[in-house]
Amino acid sequence: MAQTSTTNPAYRGSGPSWEVVIGLETHAQLSTASKIFSGAPTAFGAAPNTQASAVDIALPGVLPVLNRGAVERAIRFGLAVGGNVAAKSVFARKNYFYPDLPKGYQISQYEIPVVQGGGVDIVSPTRGAIRVRLTRAHLEEDAGKSLHEDYHGMSGIDLNRAGTPLLEIVTEPDLRSSDEAVAYAKALHGLVRWIGICDGNMQEGSFRCDANVSVRRAGEPLGTRCEIKNLNSFRFMQQAIDYEVRRQIALVEEGGTVVQETRLYDPDRDETRSMRSKEDAQDYRYFPDPDLPPLAISGEWIARVKAGMPELPEAMRARFGTAYGLPDHDAAMLTASRETASYFEEAVRAGGVEPKTVANWMLGEVSAALNRAEIDIAAAPVKPPALAGLLARIADGTISGKIAKDVFDAMWAGEGDADAIIAKKGLEQISDEGAIEKLVDGVLAANASIVAEFRAGKEKAFNSLVGKAMAASKGKANPAQVNAILKRKLGG
Amino acid sequence: MHSHDTLAGLAARLAARELSAVELAQDTLSRIATLGPALNAFVTLDAEGALAQARAADDAIARGTAGPLAGVPIAHKDVLMTAGLRTTCGSRMLGNFVAPYDAHVVEGLRRAGTVLVGKTNMDEFAMGSSNETSHFGPVKNPWNPAYVPGGSSGGSAAAVAARLVPGATGTDTGGSIRQPASLSGICGLKPTYGVASRYGLVAFASSLDTPGPFARTAEDCALMLNAMAGHDPRDSTSLDRPVEDYARALRAGASARPLEGLRIGLPREYFGAGNDPEVAAAIDAALAEFAKLGARTVEVALPAVKLSVPVYYVIAPAEASSNLSRFDGVRYGHRAARYDDLTDMYCRTRAEGFGAEVKRRILVGTYVLSHGYYDAYYLKAQKVRRLIANDFARAWRECDVIMGPTAPAPAFRLGDKTDDPVQMYLNDIFTIAANLTGAPAISIPCGLTKGGLPIGLQVQGDYFAEGLILNVAHRFQQATDWHDRAPALGSEP
Repeated sequence: MAQTSTTNPAYRGSGPSWEVVIGLETHAQLSTASKIFSGAPTAFGAAPNTQASAVDIALPGVLPVLNRGAVERAIRFGLAVGGNVAAKSVFARKNYFYPDLPKGYQISQYEIPVVQGGGVDIVSPTRGAIRVRLTRAHLEEDAGKSLHEDYHGMSGIDLNRAGTPLLEIVTEPDLRSSDEAVAYAKALHGLVRWIGICDGNMQEGSFRCDANVSVRRAGEPLGTRCEIKNLNSFRFMQQAIDYEVRRQIALVEEGGTVVQETRLYDPDRDETRSMRSKEDAQDYRYFPDPDLPPLAISGEWIARVKAGMPELPEAMRARFGTAYGLPDHDAAMLTASRETASYFEEAVRAGGVEPKTVANWMLGEVSAALNRAEIDIAAAPVKPPALAGLLARIADGTISGKIAKDVFDAMWAGEGDADAIIAKKGLEQISDEGAIEKLVDGVLAANASIVAEFRAGKEKAFNSLVGKAMAASKGKANPAQVNAILKRKLGG
Repeated sequence: MHSHDTLAGLAARLAARELSAVELAQDTLSRIATLGPALNAFVTLDAEGALAQARAADDAIARGTAGPLAGVPIAHKDVLMTAGLRTTCGSRMLGNFVAPYDAHVVEGLRRAGTVLVGKTNMDEFAMGSSNETSHFGPVKNPWNPAYVPGGSSGGSAAAVAARLVPGATGTDTGGSIRQPASLSGICGLKPTYGVASRYGLVAFASSLDTPGPFARTAEDCALMLNAMAGHDPRDSTSLDRPVEDYARALRAGASARPLEGLRIGLPREYFGAGNDPEVAAAIDAALAEFAKLGARTVEVALPAVKLSVPVYYVIAPAEASSNLSRFDGVRYGHRAARYDDLTDMYCRTRAEGFGAEVKRRILVGTYVLSHGYYDAYYLKAQKVRRLIANDFARAWRECDVIMGPTAPAPAFRLGDKTDDPVQMYLNDIFTIAANLTGAPAISIPCGLTKGGLPIGLQVQGDYFAEGLILNVAHRFQQATDWHDRAPALGSEP
């Protein structure tokens, strides 16, 4: 009988249970206006080679000058993950030849990275709350791009991206499933955006992950790992890891051995393919870059960065629980991004409505509308005070929750604020006892057969009558009053 | 006509309008046209540009807005970028490379008003001690064309020695200014690393490369350094220090014993049996002269310095192997005409573009940085480098300057050492330590062999002691005339 150490059916093999071991390496593009070692702009999407300075194209005689904005962002990251921000770190050259690597080496950090240790908290579907330990995070420059189409047997080189600042964030092999890997990647993605060091745009390559995946029988030493590249969405990450785990388990179970290699995920075929094996692995001949003195970060600099840090998601999540009385799930969802959290707090601050109601609406209607429109909350056409205005009309009984959804849709469509829409469409709730009673009488008279069914003991017929009464009022009757009056008249 | 004036003398006559910059430039260009080709000192001449700069200098002098060196003709080693003027590094790889920018030191000398007449020949990518590795052919020693001028800045040294220009720039990575200065009978200063920016200097070994001046006198070197030094934010290893006037001490009045109390350190390691006897005698004579000027000598020990050559030949090739990776034929420079694929393009381009010595050093450098060898070579070399610096730090407690021969022997014949790289490398045995520590040193002429070849004295100082060693050299030159000796050139106009 097949066993597995996780609930993910992808990992089911035969024999003793398999354990999956995953470590992630993430390249987060730092949100500086200029490059890490030159003054050229970092903006995405410009015409090829228009954003490459003499330093970026590696003309002879030019030298790198470190952008302190990139360092500041690395410090912010170190503080956010509780890592050690190194007082002294060293830039090293990683030497290899490739046409989109203009200097023939990449400036990176090797032996002494700027951030050491730290961790990211995630909720694992199988193990609950765990802390994923970080090995390190180091500063480096991006390479350019090789363009292989449209050049008739030649390749084009675009060096706009060359020299873009990256923070490479490396985990310990702490993840045990694709679910955990995705949970970590999402948490990290949220965090780097939260602290404002990376825009997180995965389509533009601002946040890229590589996964080191291996499998082992429970209790055995670590298996041979494969590095999977090109995981440019969370969905692809999940699919690629699941495929790779299945591949490795099948391979071992058939008596084969996993070869250490780099594999590329092909989303069109949903498979990973070998890119290069360890035998082809290059000797990068790392050595400290003599053009750059060691990076010194003073305690004073760290303190200054710390003073400017936003409240971190973990702290805010706890505060949402205590200050607003939200359940942990809601607090977690609302602190998934800084924009979501500030939308929530702004709506609550507008007043006249319970925080829990705001949370319900944000996680329900607002979230659904955002998904339909495929936009971020910052771009939502219904701003927090407007949402608060709508919810206040439910709270004071002006409209029902159901009508409020229609009003919300109208607000989303840009038809005005809640009060204007309610007035214009005459949606104000009918709470007048006499008017509702008249309405109910009409429904009972016109639906004698349903009344008979109810009297014969069919409880569901009651709901049908409520529905008819609500419909007769075009949804405006106070549902509680409709219920009470119906019950009195039928039960009498 | 004006060729025997010093740079300081010319600057003064130009400023006083006794001489026009255009007249001087024309003179200089015609002397170069006559004597230059036989020496092969220049890779590129810019007559038109020089005359335009000279006219601008004359205008500036007339308006009273001229820089301190307005109208003085100079040449730049062809490893320093000059905007709009070809910079080859003595290599086929950059045979047609024209940079859109000036090196920092080129900019500084432009601002001072100098007139750039051309780019001087050099060992390919500054790798060599004889100027025989240049793609553009060897430079001849003006004192005897059968001999090398030294290297790698051989073209600049020969141009100044032959009085083609009163001053020129060089770069010193492992003696590449001081050794050719010594072999060519002129002054050459390597400043403290970081005093003159490396921006626009095509990197050979980044942690060692140091731009500096060649001239006939220490005073001229000081005036050039004034224009070359200064903080440059484009070079992260450039030092942000207060601006210094390196000629200030030199202007103090002369006395009978101007170096009274100066302690000259004599490392026994510099005075071994390996030195040429004529060189040893000339150094002794120079030291006797210093004694007359009031200095006294103390023996110092620099035991680790004997390791400088092997240390240098690990660190410099390591850095070079990485620095020269950018010459891949993708974006600029030479690219092979025919190739099968990307790897083939790289291989052919670099095989064709680089000469044998450059390839040798790239191979050595790649090897010492390789996985499994890094600790044994590169890391060990860096540790020994620190030991050498420690030796000097101890010596500076006992002396103010350190003296000895710049090179163990005078110039050698062209072709003599080309088959034996190690013998060639040993020519830099006394100069390399200053590159490894980063401290300043100057070579000044102090004698001639019976065969008529120049001998150089090296004066080393502690960090930022440029002013001191220039003054020490200057006082020697006020008392002697070795710096005034000029080679007799066959076709002297």
